[in-house]
Amino acid sequence: MTEKILLGHGSGGKMTHQLIQEVFLSHFDNDILSVQSDAAIFPHTSNNHLAMTTDSYVVNPISFPGGDIGKLAVCGTVNDLAVSGARPLYLAASFIIEEGFPVADLITVVESMSNEAQKAGVSIVAGDTKVVNRGMCDKLFITTTGFGDLTADRHHIASGRHIHPGDVILINGPIADHGMAVLSAREGLDNNGAIQSDCTSLNHLIQTVLEAGINIRFMRDATRGGLATVMAEVARSATVGIELSEAAIPMQEPTRGLCELLGYDPLFVANEGKVVMIVDGHQKEPVLNIMQNHPDGRHTTIIGEVTHDHPGMVVLNTSIGGRRILDMLSGEQLPRIC
Amino acid sequence: MNYLDEFRNKALVQKTVAKIHALSKKKITLMEVCGGHTMVIQKTGIPGLLPETITLISGPGCPVCVTDHKFIDTAIAYARQKNVMIATFGDLMRVPGSSSSLNAEKAQGADIRVVYSSLDALHLARQHPEKKVIFLAIGFETTAPGNAVAIREAQRHQLDNFLVLSAHKRMPPAMSAIIREGVRINGYIAPGHVSTITGADIYRFIPEQYHLPVVVSGFEPLDILQSILLLVKQAEKDEARVEIQYQRVVSPKGNVKAQNIVNEVFEPEDSWWRGLGILPESGLKIKPAYKTHDALIQLPINVPETKEPRGCICGEILKGLKKPSDCRLFGTLCTPVSPVGACMVSNEGACQALFRYRMRGD
Repeated sequence: MTEKILLGHGSGGKMTHQLIQEVFLSHFDNDILSVQSDAAIFPHTSNNHLAMTTDSYVVNPISFPGGDIGKLAVCGTVNDLAVSGARPLYLAASFIIEEGFPVADLITVVESMSNEAQKAGVSIVAGDTKVVNRGMCDKLFITTTGFGDLTADRHHIASGRHIHPGDVILINGPIADHGMAVLSAREGLDNNGAIQSDCTSLNHLIQTVLEAGINIRFMRDATRGGLATVMAEVARSATVGIELSEAAIPMQEPTRGLCELLGYDPLFVANEGKVVMIVDGHQKEPVLNIMQNHPDGRHTTIIGEVTHDHPGMVVLNTSIGGRRILDMLSGEQLPRIC
Repeated sequence: MNYLDEFRNKALVQKTVAKIHALSKKKITLMEVCGGHTMVIQKTGIPGLLPETITLISGPGCPVCVTDHKFIDTAIAYARQKNVMIATFGDLMRVPGSSSSLNAEKAQGADIRVVYSSLDALHLARQHPEKKVIFLAIGFETTAPGNAVAIREAQRHQLDNFLVLSAHKRMPPAMSAIIREGVRINGYIAPGHVSTITGADIYRFIPEQYHLPVVVSGFEPLDILQSILLLVKQAEKDEARVEIQYQRVVSPKGNVKAQNIVNEVFEPEDSWWRGLGILPESGLKIKPAYKTHDALIQLPINVPETKEPRGCICGEILKGLKKPSDCRLFGTLCTPVSPVGACMVSNEGACQALFRYRMRGD
């Protein structure tokens, strides 16, 4: 570890992992936490378990094409529960507000939280408010904590322990929209609204797939660190190999263009409405069908498969027919110089 | 996407690769000079598509990598001064200096801003008249014109708080130094963006003096494969001439307007390159007429003696004498998270490109 916290420690890549391992896990270690899934799973009654998760939202700017910090604070936490196989039920929300922040803006944010909660079918049942001196935080930070219930047959999803060679990997639509929409808004890169954040709650889509009897081995929402980081984490923890097809990974043209222009690798750019699903290979037709017929999964594609080969490693078959490995991000992504 | 997808067309790639396989008989080593090429080659998996007769090695074309420790140390010394704001391209943030990096200084409270162009830095100077805004100007002939424009604009608007720490480099002296140093290569994949400005004629001395073929290449996988094919054809016939593969952008004479702006603001100076040492007239310094914006003149500064990292072979790697995997620090002590040498810092550095994209066993 470095002596001081650097921005790279928040990138979701290798430095974040190092921070979690060396500072947090080494002090808080217990059987529930050490699974390191999107939500913690613990027993509630003999049949049912509870899933719990928490996340802080510090996005700058607080409003961006396709959403705002309020919508994000609800759907981000709902999604962490949903990808663990849980049914999201209740949220708590804490607000750290900078002195001088307009009340009208706060109401706008809270309205969009309320709308998204309604859409996701969760209730915001507890909360806290702190106001800090001007300059002590950037406008508004929100932390949401979520609870959901989890039936016994879905415990394995969060840990990924059932992932098996021959499984297929799906994603429910184009990648990198959220990260590039926020970047555009922050840097004033006007693209006439062509790039919209994908932030949305995925619990209804996921419930539909689960209720159809699809054997989901693992799910994760590809947020900070992007699709590549999720895949690298899976390969590492499940000791299987992963093959991805670059040509099969969906992307919208404006987003692809902006990534090209700035030298960003879209595989590492954040999403807020994308679930990566690993499913029994025998069920690839039915799962595609179900997802493509759901409004949040219309553009679902199969992007790769789990292999016996190269355990621990993600190999990307490039669109020109080459092969290379995909690893986690080291530090932050930077635009190119020349 | 227009003008990109065409150059990533799988069928055309396969056709070009087949032609290379059919024509290549001699064992040859080609150097891609530009870091942008290194990245595309690794990212798209080109090495695995080539026959065993062809070896690709990376050259000194990553601006972050060839910039010396002293430049970083100087920037850090400036960053520690009161009323100074450093404006820099993001890549430089993580380059280790003798005892710190700009990233670490920023975490300690130094005012360091990442910019996307020299004009962003100029804008910062306008917004912050109370500060000296020092722009860290690194890069090759590609970035020099933009930086020259920023200096000229600052002069015109009397933005005297806009200063530039210049470490611009010129490509041709490094390309001839590599041959003179005895690095065994059979041809150059020459940088496309540099050549857009300078024109391809600047490489004519290479076939004339050293009998080596040069092909100016674009940055898409098909560009690079076609350039390799052109080099293979020349090598098989023992020919040596300058060819332009990147014809949609590069001409023999280049962008004369941009060249004039560079010549108005900068003049050549001897410059130090990591791995190559001091090369005559290989850098650009600010001309006396624009000294109001020369950081070294306006804010003279003492920089403690520079220490190069021990065991790091960036120098040999930049010359193409060694591969990143030959370095005993590679992948163990030196990784993209905690880089020792500059070649591991930049996205375009040979070490980072190999670390990120290589297949195990490469």
